[in-house]
Amino acid sequence: MNRIVIVGASAAGLAAAETLRREGFGGSLTLIGEEIEPPYDRPPLSKQILASTWDAERLALRTLDQLTALRLDLRLGARAIGLDQKERTIRLADGTDVPYDGLIVATGVRPRRLPGPGAHVLRTVRDALDLRKSLRPGTRLAIVGAGFLGAECAAVARGLGCEVVLLEPAPVPLAHAVGEQIGQVLSQAHRDHGVDLRTGVTVTGVTGTGVQLGHESLAADEVLVAIGSAPNTEWLLGSGLEIDDGVVCDEYSAAAPDVYAAGDVARWHNPLFGVAMRIEHRTNAAEQGLAAARNLLNPQARKPFAPVPYFWSDQYDLKIHAYGYLRGHDEVEVVEGSLADRRFLAAYRKGDRVVGALAVGMPPKAIRPWRQAIALSTPWKDIR
Amino acid sequence: MRVEFDEPKCVAAGQCAMVAPDIFDQRDDDGVAIVLDATPGPEHFDEVREAAAVCPAAAIRLVEA
Repeated sequence: MNRIVIVGASAAGLAAAETLRREGFGGSLTLIGEEIEPPYDRPPLSKQILASTWDAERLALRTLDQLTALRLDLRLGARAIGLDQKERTIRLADGTDVPYDGLIVATGVRPRRLPGPGAHVLRTVRDALDLRKSLRPGTRLAIVGAGFLGAECAAVARGLGCEVVLLEPAPVPLAHAVGEQIGQVLSQAHRDHGVDLRTGVTVTGVTGTGVQLGHESLAADEVLVAIGSAPNTEWLLGSGLEIDDGVVCDEYSAAAPDVYAAGDVARWHNPLFGVAMRIEHRTNAAEQGLAAARNLLNPQARKPFAPVPYFWSDQYDLKIHAYGYLRGHDEVEVVEGSLADRRFLAAYRKGDRVVGALAVGMPPKAIRPWRQAIALSTPWKDIR
Repeated sequence: MRVEFDEPKCVAAGQCAMVAPDIFDQRDDDGVAIVLDATPGPEHFDEVREAAAVCPAAAIRLVEA
């Protein structure tokens, strides 16, 4: 294998590139990114960048020296528009064809939008700086969607002195992700901090002056739409790769011979949980980029990618850490602390095993044994 | 190899302490990482490189001779 191309120059693509070099790949390595910035970190966008406690320069994932040392054919501001598996080439928007022997797809996701003009979304550093400029004390901000992104932005905006209306279609925000009880605890934190949280509300569109809720309208100076993401797979249609809410991969993160996918865009079979999953967590991007690169480079010694997913979220003074696959759980039990104090550790059951753990306001070390329990598929009855 | 740690960036995920437990630990109260050995021996190089690679805050930088 002489030429490896990685499409997507964010956390997953960078991790793959570094792994290939670290493990001795000496051939040509092309890293293609649609954004013009060198690889940068996204989690701080809805935290330190929006709060203005960091400058954008702090987002850089690597120094220029570190990137240079990777001997990359780095193509930034270049969008991939097609994949020809027979010819083994990537077509770029400027008409160039880039040949490969091995390919890693790490094109990530983009925010879903609502019809209508003038709304913010938050995915790129430009989005974040744009939103930050618009938020001043007294600005009335409507946030559509009370998922983790919307909730983090609500918390920061309150800290900046904005009036915040948080609009959520579900009766309890985040219930599908963390369970109803814990969703309610987080909701109450927002209400205590002065957020006007409205649940069971469907936003049908954005107007120049706010949002449309069916026949009603709600006025706002600024609107942020945070209703989830769509994987960037359109460029792969017709390529022969299977696309189903992401690039479909096997347990090795392989989508086809010598073609792997990693990060937010990859839907792979996680053998630890026995299900296909697509994970939009920062940690997964790095871990899967690393795993995909290793498997591509060592076809005789491939290892299944079977991680325990992990994410964190900062909202006001609450630190949330979670391990495992919480979606579709059957039961949640608080095993330490109390919900009322907003200081607790909760365990998640699916079938007869422990599949997840979530901690709020607990020392992060306290949750590590739970990660182990999840990794070992520990029976639920053994945790008491 | 020298391990440089940008503490204000740390998000207390603890990935480093799991991958390279001889080199990294977490503070008990807030989980922020602690570097136990900033000049690890060659026997730890692989796991330290992996710890830096999977750090979700890009807070670990390695200066390799």
